[in-house]
Amino acid sequence: MSRIIVVTSGKGGVGKTTTTSNLGAAIAKQNRSVALIDADFGLRNLDLLLGLEERVVYTAIDVLAGECRLAQALVKDKRLKGLVLLPAAQNRNKESVQPEQMKKIATALAKGYDYILIDCPAGIELGFRNAISAAKEALIVTTPEVAAVRDADRVIGLLEAEGVNKINLIVNRVKPWMVEENKMMSVEDVLELLGVPLIGVVPDDEKVIVATNKGEPLVLGEYDSLPAQAYLNIARRLEGEKVPFLDLMANQGNLLTRLRRMFGG
Amino acid sequence: MLNMIKRLLEMLFPWNNNTNSRSHAKSRLKLIIAHDRASINSDMMEAMREEILDVVARYVEVNRDEMEFSLSNDQRMTSLTANLPIRQIKRMSELTEQLKENKSIDLQHIEVVEIAKEAEAKPKTP
Repeated sequence: MSRIIVVTSGKGGVGKTTTTSNLGAAIAKQNRSVALIDADFGLRNLDLLLGLEERVVYTAIDVLAGECRLAQALVKDKRLKGLVLLPAAQNRNKESVQPEQMKKIATALAKGYDYILIDCPAGIELGFRNAISAAKEALIVTTPEVAAVRDADRVIGLLEAEGVNKINLIVNRVKPWMVEENKMMSVEDVLELLGVPLIGVVPDDEKVIVATNKGEPLVLGEYDSLPAQAYLNIARRLEGEKVPFLDLMANQGNLLTRLRRMFGG
Repeated sequence: MLNMIKRLLEMLFPWNNNTNSRSHAKSRLKLIIAHDRASINSDMMEAMREEILDVVARYVEVNRDEMEFSLSNDQRMTSLTANLPIRQIKRMSELTEQLKENKSIDLQHIEVVEIAKEAEAKPKTP
């Protein structure tokens, strides 16, 4: 039985696409087949983060228009067996697809893959409704900031109203030293506010930007970095494994790192 | 350079800057999230209130001037609290008559608090 999971956040810029690409790669690394669907029509980026942008030939719109078969539109990742991407159209807007059509595509893919991850666009309009139409589960990505948490709460409410009840939370871009100095909400604070189960904590790390520059998910290149570990752990938790959360506070109290941070900005 | 010294001082003497923006963020969010979750439009709320009152009125006589209706939040549960002061409880015979006619309304998901208490407290009201 394959799982159809939507990655969503409400607010833009919190790391949905980065999460989808890394999680997709992390799941594929566990020898599971994964199809990633970019549901952000008009503003697609998942292909770019995966480094597959030059190999996109057909998009979901072409499949829906009957101009190609579903299998033809899938871009296979050569680095990882079992990872494919269904790109979104870039020349159309979010209104060019309907929830029913997205559902059709996702359920068709579910026949051939263990996991279907849907990268949801920001907002709660049609693009959001398209992305969640087929989903049985949701991963909420948020950062410990007021706007992101508020929007996450709104989206959780909407998902529950649509009958998506298996909802897990990923807290992204945590800066442990700021939490320690009471300048940022902690993961516990966010959990208490949102009231959904936690499945991952990803620290803020420059390596994430470097990896996106290269079009190579962290879990492939810098797999021993802290954020890559965090993504790999989420993939294992999705499989039902009990994996302890990373101790992000370790290393933070160290005077040397504090000084370096202060002078290094 | 001045800025750097300032940051160094702040770091060495953390008690000097008691700007705890973390708890500030949390308390603001608590409020706004409760407000967001409770957003149900007033027409709907009014319609629901009338319907609930109709049902309750079949069993007891309610004091409409003193009743309260409100939505509140706790974790992911939003609950509706209705406080309906009771004037008089209807007779059993009257009730069975009415029940024969209508039993289609489902009250399962509504938390009507304190009706029982009120009923106990004011049974002798004329």
